[in-house]
This record gives sequence, structure tokens and C-alpha cells, in this order.
Amino acid sequence: MSDRIFGVVGLLLAIGYAWSALIIQESFLSDAVGPKAFPLIIAGVLALASIAIFLKPDAEPHWPQLGRLLEIAAACAVMIVYALALPEIGFVIATAVAASYLTWRLGTTPLGSLATGALTSLGIYAVFHLVLGLSLARGPLGF
Amino acid sequence: MDTLSSLADGFVIALTWQNLLLALLGCFLGTIMGALPGLGPSNGVAILIPLAFTLGLGATPSLILLTSVYYGAMYGGRISSILLNIPGDEPAMMTCLDGYPMAQKGRAGEALSLSGIASFVGAFLATWGLILLAPQLVKIALLFGPAEYFALFTLAFATLGGVASTNQAKTAFAAALGLGLAMVGVDTQTGVPRFTYGEVHLYDGIDFLVAIVGLFALSEVFIFLEHRHGSADAEGKKIEIGRLVPSFALLKQCTPTMLRTSVLGFLAGVLPGAGASLGSFISYSMEKKLVDKEGTFGTGDPRGVAAPEAGNNAAAGGALVPMLALGVPGSGTTAVLLAVLLSLNITPGPLLFAQQPDVVWGLIAALFIANFMLLAMNIPMIGLFTRVLMVPPRILMPIVAMVSFVGIYGISGSSFDLLVMIGFGVMGWVLRKLDVPLVPVILGTLLGNAMESNMRRAITIDNGNWLTLIDSPLSIALWSLAVIGFVLPMVFGKILKGRMKMAKEEEGAVSD
Repeated sequence: MSDRIFGVVGLLLAIGYAWSALIIQESFLSDAVGPKAFPLIIAGVLALASIAIFLKPDAEPHWPQLGRLLEIAAACAVMIVYALALPEIGFVIATAVAASYLTWRLGTTPLGSLATGALTSLGIYAVFHLVLGLSLARGPLGF
Repeated sequence: MDTLSSLADGFVIALTWQNLLLALLGCFLGTIMGALPGLGPSNGVAILIPLAFTLGLGATPSLILLTSVYYGAMYGGRISSILLNIPGDEPAMMTCLDGYPMAQKGRAGEALSLSGIASFVGAFLATWGLILLAPQLVKIALLFGPAEYFALFTLAFATLGGVASTNQAKTAFAAALGLGLAMVGVDTQTGVPRFTYGEVHLYDGIDFLVAIVGLFALSEVFIFLEHRHGSADAEGKKIEIGRLVPSFALLKQCTPTMLRTSVLGFLAGVLPGAGASLGSFISYSMEKKLVDKEGTFGTGDPRGVAAPEAGNNAAAGGALVPMLALGVPGSGTTAVLLAVLLSLNITPGPLLFAQQPDVVWGLIAALFIANFMLLAMNIPMIGLFTRVLMVPPRILMPIVAMVSFVGIYGISGSSFDLLVMIGFGVMGWVLRKLDVPLVPVILGTLLGNAMESNMRRAITIDNGNWLTLIDSPLSIALWSLAVIGFVLPMVFGKILKGRMKMAKEEEGAVSD
């Protein structure tokens, strides 16, 4: 079943892609092929592959339970917040929080994860910023 | 003689304190990454690319660092195979077959050092193979025009799934997805934006480093979260190393095996679509047929440890040949190395050998140096590397995720790229669940623009005649190979994959 849904989604993706390719604004100065042809070929391959996947699906993959899916979604949300907050609150604090969350969800005890997160963050800061001189996001506190 | 003097020049470039230190660092990190289950060579190199890039290292030093990581990871993969019966990466799967039984007999130390030596022999011979074969391939590549290059790219994609691929439709899907992503951004030839939907950040396209780190490293973190696989595989197991140095008689017994499998592995690495996994598999199978008269393979025969290790390291070296000479990688990790080259503004291919010989020969010299370092490092420090296996993923995986973010942020300094990377992470996770290979996606994003411009150039030269793509005998040959390479796995893929599995399970039945 998963592969059939995958095939349909892939086909829709191919159609969307082909449509986006068709509305590319052509420049008045163009080579013999133009900017549309290659994307259209790709859309064709994508569509054929999707149809093949739809017609000949593999065995059902092992999907996780709803709880685990939510786990992954939550981790994604934390990462997105991390990416947006990084320039605002600075590298050390943001990383400590995000790393604590991830290690907690992978089974560290709550107190242990705070310590692990803080150490991870400070360790990366020390190695990458202080030793290697990489510029990391600076928060209002300067680190 | 020409080759030898170029090689000597390469050593002059590579033998500076900075480069030696980088090689040492790369070997060390690579071995650790190879040893840790879940962090294969592609992952290891991918995470470190942004680092090499943001450190402001020049082309040759960055290459030295990252190829050392590549070779190191190939060495490291065997450690957890032998000690825990869990391959650190896919090519190390065959090493489990005899390595783990040897460890159970209390000969873990011997198995580790023997496989270290076998890895060295394989990689050493393959590097010589690279020196001899790559310049020959360059001569052929000089005959290529844009139409032939277009056919060559198609060949690379068609064979990328490999002989062991089971579902070619999914490989094709992945390749098209990657190519499609490469089209995002301003068209280089006419200057019109494509697939940007008004988003300014997308105008210069999707950075393939962002795609690689997201697809490989972040999706790995998601996989671990899914299984809440937080404790180390080595926890609670007592690891007995035993004597470290293999006896002279043992080495003598294994030498013919190592030599034969090195050659075989190298050839498997050079051929498109074969790669290191197949290299170690056919090496093991061939040795089993040739020398296993008493039926000791699978019960801890040292030759069964030496064969796949020499084979897979030789294949790793062989895979560098098409990547350097043609600019078309034959395996996942070499695709990542190609990304390194491209982000350093080096375009591999025949021109690289003519215009930037210092890069090529410096790299080859670095391979030799890395190889000796790894041999020297692996035997005395094996205790340290086995301790790495004790680091639980619940601590390791957040570090991997955070280092990925640091690296990407270090390059661009924009939150937008981080968001794109998270998107790639999720996509990578879904695709892995659906059994869609990720390497074609990477290769597509890497090569998409070069492939398109070659096609357009060829057709423009011939005044818009599309048939020019299949005009010359050379391109017809390449197209036919592509078709054969794509169709063949549909017939043989299932059989071969089944055999690889069977070999593994047979083993499981014996050892448990």
C-alpha cells in the first residue's frame, strides 16, 4: 500500500514539476534548447518511475507506531525552532537546549540530559569556535 | 617514469607539517566514524565537509583531510563487525562472517590486526592501480565531446543502483528527484530563474552540501529516534581482545588471499555501479571457492577475514579512478568526495590532470600517507577504538545533529539553509523507509547542472538537432552500456541480493 501511495504522490510531483517547468519565463536570448527542455525530461522520468512503483509495489515497509511518528515530528519542530532561534539567542544556549532535548528523547535521564546538552554545546563551542576559529551565531550575550 | 616523477612532486606537496597533521586527524576521525554503527563513510565525510570548508583550508589540504577520513572509515568499519557482529558500514558486512567467530574463539586481537593488514594491502595496491589506470582513462576521456559526456552521465545514473539493486524504478525515481532539485535556481545559460517561486534564497540554487548533510546525517538521527535506540550495542558485552600481533605463519597463509582479493576488489571498485559492498562480497565468495577445502570458512578462518577486508579497501581505492579521471563517481562516498571537489571549485575530469596536477598527485600521495598512518595507528590503538563502541547513541546522535547544524551555519550563516537541511533530513528518512536509495539523489543534485549544460551545448553546436546525442560510435556505446546496466539488475539483482543475505543468515545459524 505504501508504495502505491508513494507512486501517486510521485506522479503528482512529476505533474507539478512539469507544470512549473512550462511556466518558466523564457528570455528573449536563448540557446537552441532553452531552459525548459531538460526539466521536462526529468519530469518524464519521474512520472515513469512513479508509475512503475505504483504498478509493482515492494513489500510493505515497517512503519513506526503513531507515538514514534510524533516523536520524529517533535524532534523536527525542535530543530526548526533551533534554526530560527540560533541568530536570536546565540549558539551556546540554543545548542544546549536542542541537544538536551534530543538526548532526553533518546533515553537519557532528565538531569543527565541537561548536563549532556550543556557539555555538548560547550564542547562544540570550544572545539569549533575557540580552537578552530569557526564563526558561530552570536547572541545578545556574545556567545 | 613520468608517473613516478609526478608522484614524487605529489609527495613534496603532501609532506608538510600541516598536511601530515590533517592526514593524522582525518585517519583518526575516520576510523572512529567507521567503527560507530550508523555512521558510515558517506556520513563521516559529509559531516566534515563544512568543517574543512569553513576552516579556510586550501584545496589540497582539504582533500587530504577528507580522503583520510574516507580511507579511515573503510578501515574502521571492520571493528564492530569483528567484535559485535554488527557491521559498522555496509561493505563490512562480509567481515562479520569469519571475524565474529574468530573473536568468539578469543582471537579478536588477531582478527583485528590481520584485517588491518589486509585493509592496508588492499588500499595500497589499489592506490597503485589508481596511479596506473587513471592517466589511461584520461586519454580516453579526452575524446569525449559534450554529447558523449551527456551519455556518460546517463550511464552513471543507470548503473548507480548497482548490480545488487532490487528495484530499478526507485533508483530512477531517486535520480530524477536529485536532478530536479539541481534545476532550482537561475539558469546559467539564459539567466531566467527556475523553480524558485519568488524565494530569493533559492536563486543561487540548493547547496548540495546542505542536501548531503541533511539526507545522510540528519536522517540517521531520525532513524535512531524512531527506534529509540539509545544504548550502545557494546553495553553489557565483555570484549576480550587477546594477542594483538598475528603470527608470521598466519600472515604467510593469508598473503595469497590478500593479493588476489585486492585485484578483484579494485576491479569491482572501478566498474560503475559495483562499489565496495560488491567488492567485499565477490572477494569472499571467490576465496571461499578457491581455498576453502576443509570447510573452515564461516567458522573463524583468518583467510575469511582477510579476503573481504582487502577486497573492500581495494574497491574504495578503485572507486576513485572514475571519479578523478571522468568526474563521474561510482559509489556513494565518492559522490560525497566529488561534492568536496566541486565546493572547492575543482572540476574533476581529464582537464584536472592537465591543469592542476598538484591537486591530483598531492591527493594520491596523501592516500599513501594515510594508508601507512592507518596501519601504524590501527594496531597499537585498537584498544582505544574498541572503547569508542561503548559511546551510547543517545549521546552521540545529538552531537552528530549539532555538528551538522554548526557546519552548515558556518558556511552560509543563514537560518534558511538550516531549514532546508531539516527538510532534507525528513525527506531522507521517508525515502529510507520506502527503500529508495539516497545516493542517486545526491549524485543528481551534484551533476544535474553539468549534465544539462552538456546536453544543451551538444544540441546547440549541431543547430538544434537532438539526434546529435546519439551520433558518434562512442556515445552509442555508452548509451548501450547504460541500457544494459539499467536492465541487468532487474534480472540478476534479486538473485545476488538473496545470496548475500543467505550467506549472512547461514552464518547466523552457525554462530548462535
